Order: sequence, then structure tokens, then C-alpha cells
Amino acid sequence: MSDIINQSLNQIIKRVKTKEISSTDLTKAYIKNIEGAKKLNTFVTTTFDQALDKAKQFDNKPNFDQLLPGIPLAVKDLFCTENVKTTAGSNILNNFVPSYESTVTKNLWDNGSFLLGKLNCDEFAMGSSNETSYFGNVINPVGDQLVPGGSSGGSSSALAADLTPATIGTDTGGSIRQPASFTGTVGLKPTYGLCSRWGIVAFASSLDQAGPMTKDITDCAIMLEAMSGFDEKDSTSINKKKENYSKNLKDNIKGLKIGIPKEYRVDNMPKEIDELWEKGKKILKDLGAELIDISLPHTKYALPTYYIVAPAEASSNLARYDGVRYGYRSKQGKDLIEMYEKTRSEGFGDEVKRRILIGTYVLSSGYYDAYYLKAQKVRQLIKKDFDDSFKKIDGILTPSTPSSAFKIGEKTNDPVSMYLNDIFTVPVNLAGLPALSMPAGADKQGYPLGLQLIGKALDEQKILNIGYAFEKNCGFKNEIKKWWS
Amino acid sequence: MSKEKFDYFIKGEKDKYEVVIGLEVHAQVLSKSKLFSGSSTKFGADPNNQVSLIDSAFPGMLPVINEECVKQAVRTGLGLNAKINNYSVFDRKNYFYADLPQGYQISQYKNPIVGEGKVLLDMPYGSKVIGIERLHLEQDAGKSIHDMDPSNTYVDLNRSGIALMEIVSKPDLRSPDEVNAYIKKLRSIMRYLGTCDGNMQEGSLRADVNVSVRKEGDKNFGTRCEIKNVNSIKFMQMAIEYEAARQVELIENGKEIDQETRLFDTKKNETRSMRSKEDAHDYRYFPDPDLLPLKLEQQLIDDLKKSLPELPDKKKERFIKEYGLNAYEANVLVSEKDISDYYEEVAKLSDKKLAATWMMGDLFAMLNDRGLDISKSPISTKHFAELVQSIKSGEISGRIAKEVFEIMVESGDNPKKIIESKGMKQQSDPKELEKIINEILSKNKDKVDQYKAGKEKLFGFFVGQVMKLSGGKANPQLTNEILKKLLKG
Amino acid sequence: MSLDKEKIKHVAKLARISVNDAKVDSLTKDLNSIFKFIEQLNELDTNKVEPLTSILNQSLRSRKDEINDGKIREKVLKNSPKDSDEFFVVPKVVE
Repeated sequence: MSDIINQSLNQIIKRVKTKEISSTDLTKAYIKNIEGAKKLNTFVTTTFDQALDKAKQFDNKPNFDQLLPGIPLAVKDLFCTENVKTTAGSNILNNFVPSYESTVTKNLWDNGSFLLGKLNCDEFAMGSSNETSYFGNVINPVGDQLVPGGSSGGSSSALAADLTPATIGTDTGGSIRQPASFTGTVGLKPTYGLCSRWGIVAFASSLDQAGPMTKDITDCAIMLEAMSGFDEKDSTSINKKKENYSKNLKDNIKGLKIGIPKEYRVDNMPKEIDELWEKGKKILKDLGAELIDISLPHTKYALPTYYIVAPAEASSNLARYDGVRYGYRSKQGKDLIEMYEKTRSEGFGDEVKRRILIGTYVLSSGYYDAYYLKAQKVRQLIKKDFDDSFKKIDGILTPSTPSSAFKIGEKTNDPVSMYLNDIFTVPVNLAGLPALSMPAGADKQGYPLGLQLIGKALDEQKILNIGYAFEKNCGFKNEIKKWWS
Repeated sequence: MSKEKFDYFIKGEKDKYEVVIGLEVHAQVLSKSKLFSGSSTKFGADPNNQVSLIDSAFPGMLPVINEECVKQAVRTGLGLNAKINNYSVFDRKNYFYADLPQGYQISQYKNPIVGEGKVLLDMPYGSKVIGIERLHLEQDAGKSIHDMDPSNTYVDLNRSGIALMEIVSKPDLRSPDEVNAYIKKLRSIMRYLGTCDGNMQEGSLRADVNVSVRKEGDKNFGTRCEIKNVNSIKFMQMAIEYEAARQVELIENGKEIDQETRLFDTKKNETRSMRSKEDAHDYRYFPDPDLLPLKLEQQLIDDLKKSLPELPDKKKERFIKEYGLNAYEANVLVSEKDISDYYEEVAKLSDKKLAATWMMGDLFAMLNDRGLDISKSPISTKHFAELVQSIKSGEISGRIAKEVFEIMVESGDNPKKIIESKGMKQQSDPKELEKIINEILSKNKDKVDQYKAGKEKLFGFFVGQVMKLSGGKANPQLTNEILKKLLKG
Repeated sequence: MSLDKEKIKHVAKLARISVNDAKVDSLTKDLNSIFKFIEQLNELDTNKVEPLTSILNQSLRSRKDEINDGKIREKVLKNSPKDSDEFFVVPKVVE
């Protein structure tokens, strides 16, 4: 059985369809793996009984025409799931059980899959190493001292350790792509508005996007197809026809123009990253793509801009966690204001508090123009950089991260060095564009590294195609030894 | 009509002060569902029964705007002769309170849906234009109930998320009377438009009142205080009077006025500082990232404009021209849409001028006594018009008409039936009247002689006797004529 | 610009997060290093740049005025920390 669940989602789907394996047996195999992988600390909540019921229902009355027939899936604990505890990795939501299902997870279930459990993540998705979760840090299956990236660290780790055949995360500044890169998996952040935000615990509304995390590009296309789509409950959802990403996947990229932005060659970047980038360029060129040097001049201002915009929105989005209607309430509050202050102080972790304070400050009277307004102007410039470049190119190739997975505790005392992890991923969120991270190689320690493909708005199919062609010709295989079981 | 002169000043020990007032009126938009959710807006439901997961700000919930609320705001803007902005933005106003579930109110800050406009007031000293600064859409908050429990506050979110229009006036008002006229005019316009029911008891119309004072003739404004959330015109007027006097006293004692938010205590009839709100005053407005800018097509605005009903100012002009009313009558009869509708139906069927007089007299007095809106009048427009026509044609006298009116109110019968069944028809047959008058004259020969000798006051005595003998039914005009003729003879 | 302890306490008050003195010290250090990083933006002249209001180039979509939500009091109150069948209950507001 374990040879089946080592495989990619599309292989597993094939085996379910050919009845080589039942949904029940598949689910049991994952449950066994999950129970043997407690060390990784990937799951906050498991829903095994419920999953086995659903699997049985599927096996009794299978529908093989669905995109995800009888497939158990674990999802990031930022998606609200009906009658299943949803914590966002926070003490303040430690006891919160939603009475509703997020649109994105509902879309997955409507395509034949069901919930296996909820995956650990950085608290309110704020973090790049999954060390800010109230439920403890997640360990990267690549090595027992390594972070899995963040904030979708439980997702990347569970996927890489075969605890779920595919998963979904959310990406506000790199929270899908960076952990994908750290675990040798594929992660895609869709165009802003492609996946509904309804029912996802919000971090920064203008940047948050849900997206797939998978073992390969084909899986990524399947998952994106299943989860995306217009939602009238989200005012920022784009109303367009659903696309068949998996059916339209093509590996012919001849003649496509790939931009190489000079600003992504940053100071002190490890040589291995640079070499990886060169390797990527060569593969695409050999496949008939045309490489074009481009400039995205405001790249270096993306991260400072992000650390104004995202905390500002977060400070407001997280105001609803006040102990009044749901979630944690401090027992110490004598009057209303004291109750608020104690509840929020005890309910939020340090990184979340830090960002709420940053956000509150940059919006406060006398500082709004200098920080928030300034950042929205620079955001305009960053968007314009991409708009101008995309007039002459089809996609952009960059490294996903400036380093491979780092050690647990290595950056927790220096917020800015932690933030710098997202230097290549953040500009894309600011511009609302789609981007995927795909495994491309490993550093000398054997830790995986990823390359990032950025596309035009709503051009997911094209970057999936480029990734698909790349994957076939890259020759990198992410080998993970099961040291934890 | 002689025009009075404006005269509302606060007299201090040393100087006379002018009071400068601006209002921020919060008017609840008439819509079935809330501004950003599908919960009902109906008044009086059980606590928390009209609350969705959006109104109670559950994680991951998102707002979607109600198109009718947008249209209502545009209609109101058009009714205030205001500029409609094709581009407007929703912002978050951030503060913590138990009845504000999101921790922010969705409002409009820099780019409101409606810009500058104006409202015309008819004051005894002439008409006055009050400038409108802006109108924007925002969410209402829930309700905190403090008196159910000594240590806890109970929160009902039924009101949370209902659409409000905040209508901000320029500081153009100068007296409590003008405030009264302004609120009534605004309310009238919105009721005509069907955009707000203006029901102050249910909280559909409330205002924050900005008050400052300055020496008569001064060009610069004084420091203003904002009195929050006053929910009746009477309280607004009382609050202004108290606050203006307080400020004048401070100035005359050489003290500074703090620019602050104050509360009107209706029991003590005074305003006092709300210091606890001061530190939370930094609202950290920023565009709501869950919503996009609202872009209105000019076509939509034009269509809404075409479909607007006739508004009070226009209607007043028409009433003067078409029905021959004077400005005062027209003003009263257009003040409420229901009143003007009633009048127009009556005027269609009867004498226009007489209808106005009788409506403003007996009908209004009766409605007032019974605390009824005209829409609940026990007398239908058809019956009322018949009554007016009976007076006009001379079928009954004014005095009899009052009796008929009373019976109409009690019975709901039509006046014709009442007049006939009670034999109240006016005696207008000259021969019959002559008979009665001759009888009276022959009985009172001494008085006739006195009259002829010059004591003309006695004329009234004879009229009285005729009325008495005819049971009040004698046509007064005819009675006069015949009496005069016979007394001469 | 540097953030002093008083400012941080004020901001924490606005954000309704209680911070003790030890916390203020570490926050002061962290926030100042973050703001030093953020203030790179001051290198850019943005006088002629329009701020971005939305990343999506479309107008706000609206819904019809229909009552299709609410009447779910049980669901709404289910997660509330203090029990009442009708209301949310909070400690008294001291004005």
C-alpha cells in the first residue's frame, strides 16, 4: 500500500479509477502514515472517523467522473470547515468550531474528495517557518532540525511526508511557494480573485490567496481546477469561466518569451541559488523558449511595502478576535476594555502582536501618509513594473527563495532576517499575479531548492505548461527518507 | 404677511453671541436587507434573530453590497440637489466596542457617494439655504443593553450592519428653530423619496450636533463641540441651548473651549464630556480591502433621476400656481407626502381653497388630538371632499359642517347621509326664511323700533333668533340679506 | 524616526493589547529594527504616484435586496464564551 501513497495525486486517482485501490483502503493507508508521523507535528486536528465514513460512502456509490474521486485530503487550518475545529494556529481560536465551510474546501469536496484533518500553520499565517503556531513548530521531513517553511508549513511537511496526496495552503507573501521550495514540492499562488476568500481566516485581504500544494505540476493543475471558481459571496472574486487546467496541460513551450529580472540577483545570495537559476534558464532555453533580460526596478521596495500593507490590513482583520462572540476570552477582564486587552494579549502570540502593532501604528493619525499611503503608492509602482514587462514576455523565471530550509530557531530572534525569506515571493502578491514554485534541485546539503515562475494575471495555464515542460526535463527527484517513523 | 427678523443670540454679560450649528444626521436606509448581508432590517425582532455570520463578524466572512442601498443613497443625493460621485470608496473606521463585531465600521471617508448639495428652509424671516457637505453610506452598530444585569452588558446585533446614510450639513444653521426646520425638511424629502422612514422613536433618524459660538459679527468660527447621537428634535434643541450657554459662559470667564465629544443627558438636561472616548479617537481609516471602489454608471444616475417623485419644493410652487394657495398653506400641505397626497385627492373633487382651509383646521386638529397620521385618518378623501362641497354649495353652513364632521369621525358615514338623516340641510328657500324672519320681527316689535332708531347692534340679535328658530339651519348669507330688506321696510 | 516606549504603549492601547514593561522593551527593539527596514521606502519620490486602491481593475459587484440570511441565532451564539440563549454577554462597560 505504501507504494501507492508514495505516488503523486494523478497516479493515485488513476488507481482509484481502475479500482486497484478503494477509497477506504487509501484513507486507511494515510491514517496509518499520519499516526506514525506525530513527530512532524503537522496535524492540529484529525477527522479520521468522518473520513472513513466518506470513503465508505464513496466506495458504495463511486463516481469516477469527478476530479478527485474518493480522495482524502488534509488542508491548512486556516480554512473554516463545518463542525470541525478551525484554529488558524492560534490560541485565540483554540476552541472555535465553525458552522460553515469555506468556498474553496467546499469546491474540493464537491469534486469528490473529503477531509482527513487540519494542518498546522503559522499563527494567522504570519510567519515563514511555522514556528509561530500556538500548536508548536512543524518539522520538515527533509531533516529533523529543519523548518518546513511557512506559513503553510504543516501543509508542505504533510505533503512531502506522504500524509496527504495533495493539499491546499494560503499565500499572502509567499506562504505557499516558500514552504513548497523548502520541501521539494510544487506550490501555486493563483491570480488574486481566482479562488474565493470566503470562509478563510483572513490575514491581509488584498494579498491573501488560496492555492494548491502538490507533488507535481499535473497534480497542481487538477487541484487548481477543483478549488478555483467564481464566488458571489466574495466581492473580490473574478467572474470568469472555469478552466480545465489539467486537460489543457501541454509541454510545448517553444517560442515562449521568458523574462529574467536582473533585480532578483541579490547581494549575498548563495552561489547554489544562482547556479540553480542558471540551470533553469538553460532547461527552458533548450526547450525552445526565448530568454529576455528584463528589469523590475522597484523589486527591492516590495518587502518594505509588504510590511506596511499586510500588517495594516491584519491589524483591522484581527480586531474581531475580541473574546465577545467566539474564541478565547480571558477570565481576568473586570470591565470590557480590560477584557479586550487581556484576551488579545493572552490569545495572540508574539509575532501576531508585533504585526498588529506595526499595522495599528502605520494607520494611526499622523503616520498614515508617511507609511500606509506611501506603501500603496509604491505598490502601484511595483504593479506597473510587472505590467510593463508583461507587454513583451509570457512568464518570468526567478529563484523561489534566497536560501534552502534553515534550522529551527535560527531566525526567531531576528524578525527582519526572517522577513527577508520572502524577498522573491512578495512582489507577486503585491501585484496580484499568479506564480508557482517548482522543485529544481538541491543544495550541497541535499536540501531541496525551488524556482519560481510568474505569470500574467489569469495566465495560470501558461505557467503550469512551462512548469510541466520544465519538470519533465529537469531530472531532479526529491528523495525523502522516512526517518521519523 | 410681515416678515419677522432673525433674532437668536445668546446674551452674555458683555456681548451678544451667534450660535453656529452643523448636523451629522444618521438616517436609516429603507431596504429589506442589510448593507452587506442578507439579514432582515425589520424593527422589533427578537434579539440576535436578524443576525448573519457576516453581521456577527465570524472568521472569513466577507461583505457584498446591497444594490438597493446604493440606489437609495443616490436618490437621496438627487433629492438634496447634490453632486453624485461616479467613483466612491468604502473605508474601514477602526475602533473597539462590544456592539461593533468586526472591530471596524465600514463607512466612506475620503470618497463619499454623494458630494455637495443644498436644502431650502422656509423660516418666518424668509427662506434660507443650508449647505450639504456630503452624504455617505455606512453600517449601523448593534445595541448594548446595560440595565439587564449589574455586572454584565448584553449585546443584540439585530441592528448591526443595517445601512445608514450619514448626511453632513455645512455649519449653516444658527438657531434651534432652524435645526427643527432642517430636520423636518430632510425627513420630509427622504419620506417623499421613500429612502428613510424618518421614525425617530425607532432610531431611524438620529444626529450628532456640532455647536460653536462667536461674537455677533465675528467672521471666524469658534471651537466646536460635538454632541453625539441625539435622537429627537426636542433634545437637539435643548442640547444646543445648553451647550451654547455653556460655551458663552466659558468665553466670558476667559476660559478655553476644548474641542471634544459630549453627551446629552436627557434626564439632567445638560451636556457632558465623554472623556473615555477620547483615547479611542484615532479611527485609522483605510480603504476596505474586502471591497472594490464603487463605480456608478451615469446611465443609472440618470434613470434614478427620471424616476424621482415630485419633491416638496417643487410641489409647493405647483400648489401655489395650480390651486391658488398662499405660501403658508402650500408649505403646510407639502410638508409630508401623505398630507399632500390627501390634499390633492380632495382638491380634485372639491373647492381647492376651501379644502385647504378645512384640512388645516378641523382635520389636522382632529388628527392631532387622536395622535393619528393622515394615512390613518378616519375620514376618507372622498367623504372629506363631499363635506367641502356641501359647504361650498351652501347646502350646509360652516357651523353645521363642524357638527357633520364630528359625526363623520365617529361613524365613518358619508356626509350626505348624515346631513339627510339628521335633517341638517341648510334652509336656503327665501320664502321659508321670510316666514321665519317675519315671525321674529313681529314678536320683537320694541327691538325693531330701537334698531330703526339707530341701535344697529341689534342686528346680531335678530340673526341669532333666526338661527335659534331654524335649528341652526338658516343660510346665514340669505338670512342677512332678507333681514336687512325687511328691517328697512 | 524611532519608536519610543510611550508610543508603543499608546499603539498597544489603540490595538487593545495589554503589554507589560518587559514586553515593551523587546517590542521597542524589534519594532525599531523593522521600521528601519521599512523606511527604505523614503528613498523613493512618490509625489506624482496615485496610491493603489484595488489590485483588481473592476467595479464593485452588488447583490439584490433580498432577505436570505439571519434567523440563525443558535449558530451565531453557539461559540460565544458566556452562555445566554438570546444575547452576547460581556463585562460591563465602564464609561
